[in-house]
Amino acid sequence: MNLGYILLIPLIPLVVFLLLGIFNQRIKPAISGYIGVFGLLVSTILSCYAAYQYFFVHGKVNGVYQTFVEKTVWMNFSDTLHIDMGIFIDPISVMMLVVVSTVSLMVHIYSRGYMKGDDGYTKFFAFLSLFSFSMYGLVLATNLFQIYIFWELVGVSSYLLIGYYYTKESAVAAAKKAFIVTRFADLGFLIGILIMGYYTGTYDFETLNDPEGNAILNWASTSFMGLSVLTWGLILIFIGGAGKSAMFPLHIWLPDAMEGPTPVSALIHAATMVVAGVFLVARLFPMYYFIEDGFALNIVAFVGAFSALFAAIIAITQTDIKRVLAFSTMSQLGYMMLALGVSGYDGHEGLGYMASMFHLFTHAMFKALLFLGAGSVIHAVHSNYLKDMGGLRKYMPITNITFLIAALAISGVPPFAGFFSKDEILVAVYEHNKLLYFVGVFVAGLTAFYMFRIYFGIFWGKETKYEHKPHESPISMTFPLLFLALMSILGGFIPFSDFVTADKAGFEAHLNYPLAAVAVVVGLIGIVLAWVFYKKESDLADRLANFFGPLYQWTSDKFYFDAIYLFITKKILFKRVAAPIAWFDRNIVDGTMNLIGNSTVKTSEKIKGMQSGKVQDYAFAFMAGVVILAIVFVYLWAE
Amino acid sequence: MDILSLFITVPVLTILALVFTKGLRQARIVSMIGSLIQLAMTINLVFAYFKERDINQDIMVFTKDVVWFEQFNIHYAIGVDGISVALLLLTAIVVLAGVFISWKMSDLPKEFFISLIVLSIGVYGFFISLDLFTMFVFFEIAVIPMYLLIGIWGTGPREYAAMKLTLMLMGASAILLVAILGIYFNSNTDGGPLTFNILEIAKVNIPFEVQKLFFPLTFIGFAVIGALFPFHTWSPDGHASAPTAVSMLHAGVLMKLGGYGVFRVAMYLLPEGAQYWSWFFIILAAIGVIYGAFSAIKQTDLKYINAYSSVSHLGLVLFALLMLNKTAWNGAILQSLSHGFMTALFFALIGMIYERTHTRDVRKLGGLLKVIPFISAIYVIAGLASLGLPGFSGFVAEMNIFVGAFEHDDMFYRIVTIVSVSAIVVTAVYILRVVGIMLMGPVKNKAFLSLEKVTWYEQLGILLLLIPIVGMGVAPLWISDMILASLHPFIHGVP
Repeated sequence: MNLGYILLIPLIPLVVFLLLGIFNQRIKPAISGYIGVFGLLVSTILSCYAAYQYFFVHGKVNGVYQTFVEKTVWMNFSDTLHIDMGIFIDPISVMMLVVVSTVSLMVHIYSRGYMKGDDGYTKFFAFLSLFSFSMYGLVLATNLFQIYIFWELVGVSSYLLIGYYYTKESAVAAAKKAFIVTRFADLGFLIGILIMGYYTGTYDFETLNDPEGNAILNWASTSFMGLSVLTWGLILIFIGGAGKSAMFPLHIWLPDAMEGPTPVSALIHAATMVVAGVFLVARLFPMYYFIEDGFALNIVAFVGAFSALFAAIIAITQTDIKRVLAFSTMSQLGYMMLALGVSGYDGHEGLGYMASMFHLFTHAMFKALLFLGAGSVIHAVHSNYLKDMGGLRKYMPITNITFLIAALAISGVPPFAGFFSKDEILVAVYEHNKLLYFVGVFVAGLTAFYMFRIYFGIFWGKETKYEHKPHESPISMTFPLLFLALMSILGGFIPFSDFVTADKAGFEAHLNYPLAAVAVVVGLIGIVLAWVFYKKESDLADRLANFFGPLYQWTSDKFYFDAIYLFITKKILFKRVAAPIAWFDRNIVDGTMNLIGNSTVKTSEKIKGMQSGKVQDYAFAFMAGVVILAIVFVYLWAE
Repeated sequence: MDILSLFITVPVLTILALVFTKGLRQARIVSMIGSLIQLAMTINLVFAYFKERDINQDIMVFTKDVVWFEQFNIHYAIGVDGISVALLLLTAIVVLAGVFISWKMSDLPKEFFISLIVLSIGVYGFFISLDLFTMFVFFEIAVIPMYLLIGIWGTGPREYAAMKLTLMLMGASAILLVAILGIYFNSNTDGGPLTFNILEIAKVNIPFEVQKLFFPLTFIGFAVIGALFPFHTWSPDGHASAPTAVSMLHAGVLMKLGGYGVFRVAMYLLPEGAQYWSWFFIILAAIGVIYGAFSAIKQTDLKYINAYSSVSHLGLVLFALLMLNKTAWNGAILQSLSHGFMTALFFALIGMIYERTHTRDVRKLGGLLKVIPFISAIYVIAGLASLGLPGFSGFVAEMNIFVGAFEHDDMFYRIVTIVSVSAIVVTAVYILRVVGIMLMGPVKNKAFLSLEKVTWYEQLGILLLLIPIVGMGVAPLWISDMILASLHPFIHGVP
């Protein structure tokens, strides 16, 4: 398979970024928008071509999808360890290329309308291109260090875009928080990489993931505190993944990240960057599965399930629609992690892996659609809050329909995309662990409930008095909505199990009718409840909130995790660590140095008195010296 | 004249020319031309070095040896390997950038530029010396002008700062002199004449007892200027009072003499002493890394923040050197280079901000991105480079250090390594704090709305420093391999 043109996929956005970044002031906004869109369009076409070539023409040899790697040394650490840069083509990376391209292109087109008239229009497109470049680099990475490099780069793109409205204090704080929390997680990732490199002698995914390879066969050779060092490495790497994918308890940055412009939330904080953690686990899946009988993988499953539940509960009480969507994203990412965590490796055993990737794909489409739809609404009413919305279906028909499609998709209603992928996940979990299955089904119900809560709240319900009459968004914004809606309808019919599986050989997946029926019924119950609560004007919701009182308050305050983090950083790290260290440095360390200096000066002040300048004093001292010396000499000679 | 002695001759000629100049205009033009020639020569040296390396596999190339003081066998012995070539390049770039940043130095310009160039002679000489005594002399030549530069052209409590800096560095020099003499008097254990020549001494087996005695002295003697905890306190005060170009040169280049000296003298000549003592100094270095970073969080003066950040970053250099393996050493040298460019860039930017707003207190600044976008954007980039973002030089250096440090697999090394690695998070905190308060947010002061735009000479200075940071970060292979190849002979005493 010819890989040359694949290299262009990340390079085009990079060139666009440099062009827009360097000639920022000199490019007319209208033109920069076209440059950005055009660049991504070319990348998207190439990605789709690559996917076609890989999945249908060259990829499969003897029924198994092959891995194609092209790489070059970027830096040498020692004779054996080095960082390579290159492209890695296998089913999940090709799938990710398509996901990133599609969503990114739609967001580029959408932004031309959404960001119109903004001061930093060119800068915005430059950052979007930087992000697209980094994300492509991440999915195409050939080794742990390359993925880490692009991992950091998507992180910084996210920082720049969250802080895009940089004169707003809350945006600055959110950007900082996102960067530092993920950086903290990346510390785990980095140490994990160091462990992998030291104990296996390579960073290469191909070598590491080889089920017959050294790393996987000899995992037991070194252990630390009862676990294989490689298990520790995988757990640490998962911490990195959990940070990016907003898994509990590293999720706190994601809701705040909604300070960024809405297209950014759709692209980075819903569809692409936040799935990097899921992608990372999938990328190292053979290691997670085989080493120590999947010990680390179990952690992934439980963290995923808990995050899914935790976030879904919080999502119910949030009043800012973007935050509802943010928690929803976290919850769905938990689903993906859960599916990976319960997956096996061979054939049908690997259902969870396939389901996770399938859900990643469909989720990217309908969640991007939800965010862009929310953006369209926010654009119309100039507010993020549910209380400022209501009855918008009359004014915004396209947004209404597409948002409804996305809401149905995420709620798992057939025949929309989410139904298929969620069903596969639930089947996989059911086969592995019944308890986690019930968590999954419950979360499905909650998802449908909170999603239709905001759907009814925005488009139905009581009509708010609007200062300006809301109107449908321009075509540049509605076209992406329509396209993504189409994907949310058709996406579920893609036979994913033929293409993307853990062992790369593919298997026959069938709908499991009883389980599917359960999931659909639970989803419908959620929707009906939301209808009862929120469609009509009623105080039922308020009464229920009062009934649950403290519990409602806890949930609404996101279980006080932000407060806990603030306490740790402000009270402990700043007040109890940094401040004492700074004080210690100024007073003790530097004080000692000053003390030495001052005492030297003081001593000399004291001795100075001897140099009185009086001849008598000197004569006296001279005489005294002579006498003492004379005595000494006499004494010595007398010996 | 050989290719290396020119590095001393050209600055000397520049100084001579400066003596005959009148006023700022002439002084700066002469200094710029001198530094430009110097930079051109360095770039030429890099190419010449690669060419020479193909045919010459000696440890040092372009060597030259002239007897200077016969009685004590003191020579003017010079030569370079990949490491010194890289550091010479750093010096030439930072000096030129410093000249551009001092473009408007109206206060005694001639004397200022002369002192600056004298300082650079010391640095160039230090990096090419192969004779301990000559090296020491150049070391002193580099340190003395600091006193004048801070004492005369500085701000704030400049005399106190200048005195403190000079005295602490002199104290270290005294220790260093003892160590050098100690090495000298033990350089003939195999029967030859006493010598100061580094390459000759390296061939001799200095007894373990002697190494054990003199390693700490040599290490501390050099490491004080490399901001070793707890001997780092001269640096924040010194930087805060120094004029911009001096801070740049000092943090960018002068502090690198420490790491280089430790590497070239302490590690190379006293390898067994290094092994014996490494655990102790590793603890100090690791404390410096994390301690500098935490101290930086609480500072409010931009220069103090950067000075403590230097303590942290240079702590990493010493930390890496003490790891005694090639990967970490490569990281140490790369970190020296990377920190040199980054910190010089930081001080240049801080100088520009100070010139415009007349304050360095971050709490009084705000929203600068809106009013001086170019300077602020570069500050963000420098900050990202400093926190080790891939694509910039810091990442390349730090990864070498961490991978190298991880090669030791006992508990002690694992703990100190993880402590040092965790500094990447603390670094992010103090960098983003400054970026958030100072550059972003609303414009705090109405007077800021009419700040002067960036000038061409400032832009030139910035670009000179930014290009190598990005260059090393994007394509590290050539420089990293150049250094790695030169490390081979140095590893001999270390198993």
